[in-house]
Amino acid sequence: MGKFLVRRLLSYLVLIFLASSFAYILAATTLSPRTNFEQLQPRPSQEAIERELDHLNLNDNTPLAERYATWAAGVATGDFGQTITDRSVNEEIARKAGVTLRLIVVGTVVGCTVGVAIGAYAAVRQYRAFDKVTTAIAFVVLAVPTVVIAVSMREAARWFNDLTGRQYFQYGGEYTAGLDAGFWGMLFDRLQHGILPTLTLALALFAAFSRYQRNMMLDVLGSDFVRTAMAKGLTRRAALLKHALRTALIPTITYFTFTFGILLAGTTFTEKIYGWHGMGAWVVDSIVQNDVNAVAAVTCFMAVCVMAASFLSDILYAWLDPRVRVS
Amino acid sequence: MTGTTTETDPAVDEPRGSGDAPVLEVRDLHVTFPGSGRNPDVTAVRGVSYSVRRGEVLGIVGESGSGKSVSSLAAMGLLPDHARVSGSIRLHGEELLGLGDRAMSAKRGAAIAMVFQDPLSGLTPVYTVGDQIAEAVRVHNPRIGRADAHRRAVELLELVGIPNAAQRAKAFPHEFSGGMRQRVMIAIAIANDPDVIICDEPTTALDVTIQAQILEVLKTARRETGAAIVMITHDLGVVAGFVDRVQVMYAGRLVEVGGVDDVYYRTRMPYTMGLLGSVPRLDEEEKAPLIPIAGNPPSLADLPPGCPFAPRCPLAVEACDAGEPPLVPVGGEGHTAACVRAGEIEEHGWTARDVYPVPEIPEPAAAAVPRADRATVLRVDGLVKHHPLMKGAVFKRRVGTVYAVDGITFDVREGETLGLVGESGCGKSTTLMEILSLDRPQQGTVEVLGKESGRSTAKERFAIRRDVQVVFQDPMSSLDPRMPVFEIIAEPLRTHGHPKERLRSRVHELLSLVGLDAAHASRYPQEFSGGQRQRIGIARALALEPRLLVLDEPVSALDVSIQAGVINLLDELKARLGLSYLFVAHDLSVVRHIADRVAVMYLGKIVEIGDVESIYRHPTHPYTQALLSAIPVPDPEKERTRSHIVLKGDLPNPAAPPSGCSFRTRCQKFAALDDTRRALCLEREPELTPAGGRSADQAAACHYAEERELL
Repeated sequence: MGKFLVRRLLSYLVLIFLASSFAYILAATTLSPRTNFEQLQPRPSQEAIERELDHLNLNDNTPLAERYATWAAGVATGDFGQTITDRSVNEEIARKAGVTLRLIVVGTVVGCTVGVAIGAYAAVRQYRAFDKVTTAIAFVVLAVPTVVIAVSMREAARWFNDLTGRQYFQYGGEYTAGLDAGFWGMLFDRLQHGILPTLTLALALFAAFSRYQRNMMLDVLGSDFVRTAMAKGLTRRAALLKHALRTALIPTITYFTFTFGILLAGTTFTEKIYGWHGMGAWVVDSIVQNDVNAVAAVTCFMAVCVMAASFLSDILYAWLDPRVRVS
Repeated sequence: MTGTTTETDPAVDEPRGSGDAPVLEVRDLHVTFPGSGRNPDVTAVRGVSYSVRRGEVLGIVGESGSGKSVSSLAAMGLLPDHARVSGSIRLHGEELLGLGDRAMSAKRGAAIAMVFQDPLSGLTPVYTVGDQIAEAVRVHNPRIGRADAHRRAVELLELVGIPNAAQRAKAFPHEFSGGMRQRVMIAIAIANDPDVIICDEPTTALDVTIQAQILEVLKTARRETGAAIVMITHDLGVVAGFVDRVQVMYAGRLVEVGGVDDVYYRTRMPYTMGLLGSVPRLDEEEKAPLIPIAGNPPSLADLPPGCPFAPRCPLAVEACDAGEPPLVPVGGEGHTAACVRAGEIEEHGWTARDVYPVPEIPEPAAAAVPRADRATVLRVDGLVKHHPLMKGAVFKRRVGTVYAVDGITFDVREGETLGLVGESGCGKSTTLMEILSLDRPQQGTVEVLGKESGRSTAKERFAIRRDVQVVFQDPMSSLDPRMPVFEIIAEPLRTHGHPKERLRSRVHELLSLVGLDAAHASRYPQEFSGGQRQRIGIARALALEPRLLVLDEPVSALDVSIQAGVINLLDELKARLGLSYLFVAHDLSVVRHIADRVAVMYLGKIVEIGDVESIYRHPTHPYTQALLSAIPVPDPEKERTRSHIVLKGDLPNPAAPPSGCSFRTRCQKFAALDDTRRALCLEREPELTPAGGRSADQAAACHYAEERELL
C-alpha cells in the first residue's frame, strides 16, 4: 500500500511539472508584457524597457526556450520569478494561497458532506417529497453557472441586509480591515465575510454530489448484503449507514477528483465577485496585466491542489475499500 | 470483573418453545404489493398458514413467483415498506406483525434467522467475514467485548467447517468461494442460537458437490442449535432427504401440505404430481420422457376466480372454476390438499403418469446405425486453452498460467448427444467457446464437420457457422430486448442470404416447430416467460438447419415444470431433424435424461467418458461417483437410506493444479489409500484408459478406477 502511494506521488510530481510548463509556454507566447511598459506615461526609453524585460525574464526577443530554461531553473530551486511589477511571486503566493485554501477547504468539506448526506437520504426516500425537492434544487444549481449564483447570492444578501437594517452578511473582502475586536470578534467578522463565498462553492459541489450519491445509494439499497445486515438484527437505519452508505461511498470518492477541477474554476469567479485576494482573483488579474510568471505560478498551484485532492481520494478509497489494500 | 454478582437474565429462564408449542406460527398470511401508477396490485401471498416446532424441518416447495420467499421475508420483517401484510405471524406466541423496526430487529438474528440464496452478494464486500459474524453477535449482546465477539466468530467459522478459521476470519468475502461464503452466511444465522432458521434456496446457486456440503452444515447447525428449520426450495430432491413435512405453494397459496412421505408417495394435488413428474431422475431404470406441465403460472395481479391451477390442470372440470378449493384433509394425518378431485385421485391411486399426457418422443433414425458407422460431426483432439496470468500496470509480466482447458479429447457422432458435465470452473464453458470460435486452438485440433478449425478461409468459416449453432444459458440476456421475435429469428437467415420471399414462412415454421404461436412473432422478448424465451433461442439456433447444436446450460435458469417441456422439445427436435448436440450442464440428472454419452470434466481435463448407461450405473472414477452421489433424489425413502459421498473443499485453483492426479486433493479414494499406493497419484497424472468392464464405451482417468453402484 505504501509503495503504491509513493508511486502515485511521483507520477503526480511529473504531472504538476508538465501542467505548469504548458501554462508557462502558453502564457509566454500569448501574453505580451512589453505593451505594459510601452504604454507607461511617460514612456520609458527603449533601453530601459529592454532592461526591465530582461530583468523579469519576460523579453520576447529572447528565444522562448531560453526564457523557459531560466524559468524552469528558478522553479527547480523553488523560485517562481518576479511579477510584472517586480515583486517576488513566491511572496505573493504565500499571501494569497492561504486565502484560497481557506475558501476551498471549507467549501469542499461542507459541499461534499452535505451533498453526500442529502443524496443518500434522498435515495432512501426515493420519490417522496424530500427526494423531489432536493432533486429539483440540485438540478437548478447544476444548470446555473457559478458566476450567476455568486452574484445572485450577493444581491440577495444585500436585500436582506437592507431589509433588516443590519449588516448580517458581508460581501467585500475576507475580513474588515483594521478591526480590533479580540479573537472571537475577529472570528465572527471572518464568518460574516466567509459565509457567502463558501456557500457559493459548496452549493455547486452539493448539487453534483447529491445527484451522484443518490444514484450510488439506490444501487446498493436493494442489495443482498443490506438485507443480510438487517437479518442479523441491525435496524434498517444501522444497516443503511454501516453497510449501504459505506459501500456506496466508494465510487463517490473517485468522483471527487473530477469535480475538484471544476471547483477551482468556480473559485476564480467567487473570489473576484466577493473581493477576496486569493489565487483565483490573482490569475484573472495577471492575465489582464500580461504577467506571465504569475499565471504559470497560479497554474502550478492549481495543479498541486488537484493532485492533492486526487491523492486524498486515493487514501480515502484505500481506507473505505480494504480490498485495495489486500490485493 | 471482580466482586460482581451474577444477574439472572430473564430471557434464559424463559422456556424456549418447550413441549409441543409451535416456535413459529403463521396464520392466514396475505401480502400485497400495491401497483405503482396504473399497474394493478400484486397479491404475492394469499392466506398461507403453517407452524413449525422446535427441531422440526419444514419444506416449502414451489416455482418462482409462487410466494414462498415473500412469505418468509414477511416473517423476518424484511419486506419493503410499501408491502401490505395482514394475518398473523407469531414467534413463541408473540405477534410479530405490526412490530416496529426496532422491536423487530431485536428478534431478527436472535430468535429468528435467515440464510439467503445468493452467497456471492449476501456479504458486505468491505468488511472481513470475521467482523460480519462478530457484528451479528454484538448487535444482540452489546455487553460482549470486541475480542470476545471475534473469538465467538472464529468458533462459529470452525463449526460451519471453514479450515484455518482464525486466519480466514480476517479475510474479505471476495477471497472466499461461493460455498465458503454460504458457510459464513450460516455462521451468521446461527450466531445467536436462533429458534427458527429460514433457509431461502440456500443451495440453488451452488454446485452439487458444494450443495451436499452445505446441507451437511445445515444439519450440523440444526443439531447445535436445536432450531426449527424452514427450508424454501424448488428442488424436490433436496426436500426429500432433509425435511419432515412439506408444503407445496402455487400462485401464493398452499395447495398441498403433509408429511414428506405422504406428499411424495400419496400425492393428491395434480400440481404436486406435475412437479414430481417433471423432475429428471437419476434413480429411474428406464429412460422415460419427462412430464411437463402445460402453460405458465398465472399472473398474480389478475387471478381468475376458481382454482388458479385449473388452466394448466389435466383434471380440471367445471367445478374447478366455481371457487378456490380450500385445503381439505386427504388420507394421512396432517395431509391436506386443495383440489376438488382429491377424493377421486385417492380412490383411483392416480399418479403423474396417469393424470398427465405422457409425450411421445420418437427414436432418432440414426440410433439404428451403430455408433462407429456414423459420421463424425465434431472431433476435439488434445484441445488446450491456457490463459496467461498477468501482473503489473505498465510493464505486464506473466506470473502464471490458468489451465482452463488442458488437453481434452472427444468426438460427437451424427444424431448423438454428448453431455459435458462438471462443477463450475472446470472448463466446460471454455471448451464450448473454443469450439465455437472456429479459430486454431493453442494446442490440439478441433474438427467441425470434417473441417479443421483455424485452417479455413473466412468464407469457409462463414459456411461452417451455418452448421454449428448455439443456445445460451440465460434466456433473459441472450435475446436482444429491442428486437421483435420475428427479427431475432430472421437475423441469421438474412445474414446467410435466405431468399426474402420465403423469410416469413420460415420464421413461422420455426416458431411452431418449437411450440410457440406464430401469431406472436411481432412481440418483444420481455413479453414471454423464461421457458418461451428459451424456445425462441432454440428457434433462432435452428433457423439455418444446423447439424450440430451446442447448448450451454440451456435449462438451468428454468423452473422444473418448464424445464421438462424444453428438454422434451430438444429430445424431439433431435429425432426429427437428425441433430447432434453438445450439451453442457452442471445438472447430472438433466444430462442423464438427454445425453447418449457423457464426459465428466475436472480442472480442465476429462476424467471419465462413456455412454450414459455405463457412467450412471457403474461409474469408475471417484469424482464421477462423488458427483452422482451428491445429487439428491426426489424419493424420501431412498434419500434417507442413501449415504452421500461428501467431497472435501472446493475446486483447486486452476492456476496451480496439484501434482500428479489433479483430483487427489479432494478424492475420497485417495484418502483411503496407504502411502505406497498414494505415491502413484502424487507423481503420475493418470490417463484416460478404457474401463474394460461390462461396457466397451467407458474410460476413466484414475490409477485405481473401480466400479461402484450408487443408486
